[in-house]
Amino acid sequence: MKTAKRLLRNFAFTSGLILTVALILVALAAPLIAPMDPFTQDTARRLEAPSNDHPLGLDDLGRDVLSRVVWGARVSLRVGFSVVIIASLVGVTLGAMAGYFGGLMDLVVMRLCDILLAFPGILLAIALVAVLGPSLNNVVLALATIGWVGYARLVRGQVLKVREMEYVTAARALGARSPRVIIRHVLPNVINPVIVMATLGLAGAILSEAALSFLGLGVQPPTPSWGAMLTAGRRYLGLANHLAIFPGAAIMLAVMGLNFLGDGLIDALDPKYRKQLT
Amino acid sequence: MTQYIIRRLLQMIPITLGILTLIFSLIHLIPGDPAVQIAGEGARPQDIENVRKALGLDQPLWKQYVTYLKNLAKGDLGRSFRTGESVAEEIKVRYPATMQLAFGAMLVALLVAFPLGVISAIYRNSWIDNLARFFALIGVSMPSFWFGPLLIIAFAINREWFPVSGREEGLRSLVLPSVTMGLALAAILTRMIRVSLAEELNQLYVTTAIAKGVTRAKAIFSHALKNALIPVITVLALQFGSLLTGAIITEQIFSWPGLGRLLISSITSRDYPQVQASILVIALTYIMVNFISDLLYGVADPRIKLE
Repeated sequence: MKTAKRLLRNFAFTSGLILTVALILVALAAPLIAPMDPFTQDTARRLEAPSNDHPLGLDDLGRDVLSRVVWGARVSLRVGFSVVIIASLVGVTLGAMAGYFGGLMDLVVMRLCDILLAFPGILLAIALVAVLGPSLNNVVLALATIGWVGYARLVRGQVLKVREMEYVTAARALGARSPRVIIRHVLPNVINPVIVMATLGLAGAILSEAALSFLGLGVQPPTPSWGAMLTAGRRYLGLANHLAIFPGAAIMLAVMGLNFLGDGLIDALDPKYRKQLT
Repeated sequence: MTQYIIRRLLQMIPITLGILTLIFSLIHLIPGDPAVQIAGEGARPQDIENVRKALGLDQPLWKQYVTYLKNLAKGDLGRSFRTGESVAEEIKVRYPATMQLAFGAMLVALLVAFPLGVISAIYRNSWIDNLARFFALIGVSMPSFWFGPLLIIAFAINREWFPVSGREEGLRSLVLPSVTMGLALAAILTRMIRVSLAEELNQLYVTTAIAKGVTRAKAIFSHALKNALIPVITVLALQFGSLLTGAIITEQIFSWPGLGRLLISSITSRDYPQVQASILVIALTYIMVNFISDLLYGVADPRIKLE
């Protein structure tokens, strides 16, 4: 209760929360709130500027931009959540095992992290999508492949500390096996920074998906993705600026909301995480 | 120091090998028979066989790997499927364009962040400080592939001050891409400079200097700022690496003929030798830059002992 109150008093957290909840609601209710079908083309009216019928105008194939932006929220969140869930599960598991067992396990996981960190993340994602072929699932796979490293390092560091605590020794002395010790005693102590990292990671994944789709390597047409919509918009700059302006604004609001939320969480939960997360 | 450099160089060997292995295995990640996939739909068996030979895919894996490393050591990065030319030649042409863009972005970032960061550290919690913090927040959340097109609309289409794309008009062509790419870095640096200088201004040596009659301006600029800039230099050098990957997107927005654009166009045309080589060059530059930034840290602050 106390934490909840403190969180709500934090301006960054509250505004981030409002933006994020709005984003999730838009994505969930897309079929209800989108004024038109996002795929229906009206080629006679292509590139038409915003009007009363079409508040955000029509795109290069005469599709309603507002409806596509609304449906695009689904794509963004689907990629974002999938990446964060896969990356955090893999990262937390490997990090916890590396930290808890040490030895060869630790060596292999950490060297793998070193190599992946030495490689610029988005470049690796581009490379993976380039060979696997552009699709929504491959974007998720590529982003999760680079995303787990952060969680693994964070959790490993925490586990190394917690491992030496007396209550862990006590649990072990009472006969608890390793998996039980890790899950019941070690992980609950590292969950807060993981939640913060996941929130910021969601923003990162949404941004990366948009970037890959912008480069033509992500979600393929006609699926409405904000990044892909921007690519089309770039071709009509000067002719139909609304094609680039609105999807871009959607990306920015979504990313800003999640970044605020994550930042607010850091301040409210425990400022000492700031150091570990950066 | 020499010992440290040698040790860091030695540490770079396994990491570089790891990256080389990663890039080498990319081709083998292609689902199905890579040669069939690369040759494309409707390819004749002869074409597929040619692709297999050209990539050495008919050899055992370990042999392919050894050949790959041997050729790399000779500076041979392979031949482009599209043009038949050496891919290294194409990279030589594109590399300076990407570097120019990265330095342009860095200059823009410094020109914005330096005054903004210093002023907001001196006048903490004033309106200008709030403005700077707001700018920093917007800067990190604004995707470059949105900011770039907005700049084009405002300054290349509505006002024809700068060209929409390309690199033909010299410095005038460089402005919008540099601003696009520099924004995020400017935001990060503004924050860094503000925090770092504010911390130094609280130190006793600054109070002492002022008490001894040094003017406030002198205490800030010649005493505190010098110390405050140390972490900033490191961040700047580290961020140079991310500028390289940022260039992939910015070059695409402005049709800037650099490495990033080369990478994306070779992916689209399935020119795998060119893809591999471009990724390799970007990754190696990134590692080198990070290594240099590490060394710079020690040079900038004699208090830090690199061990």
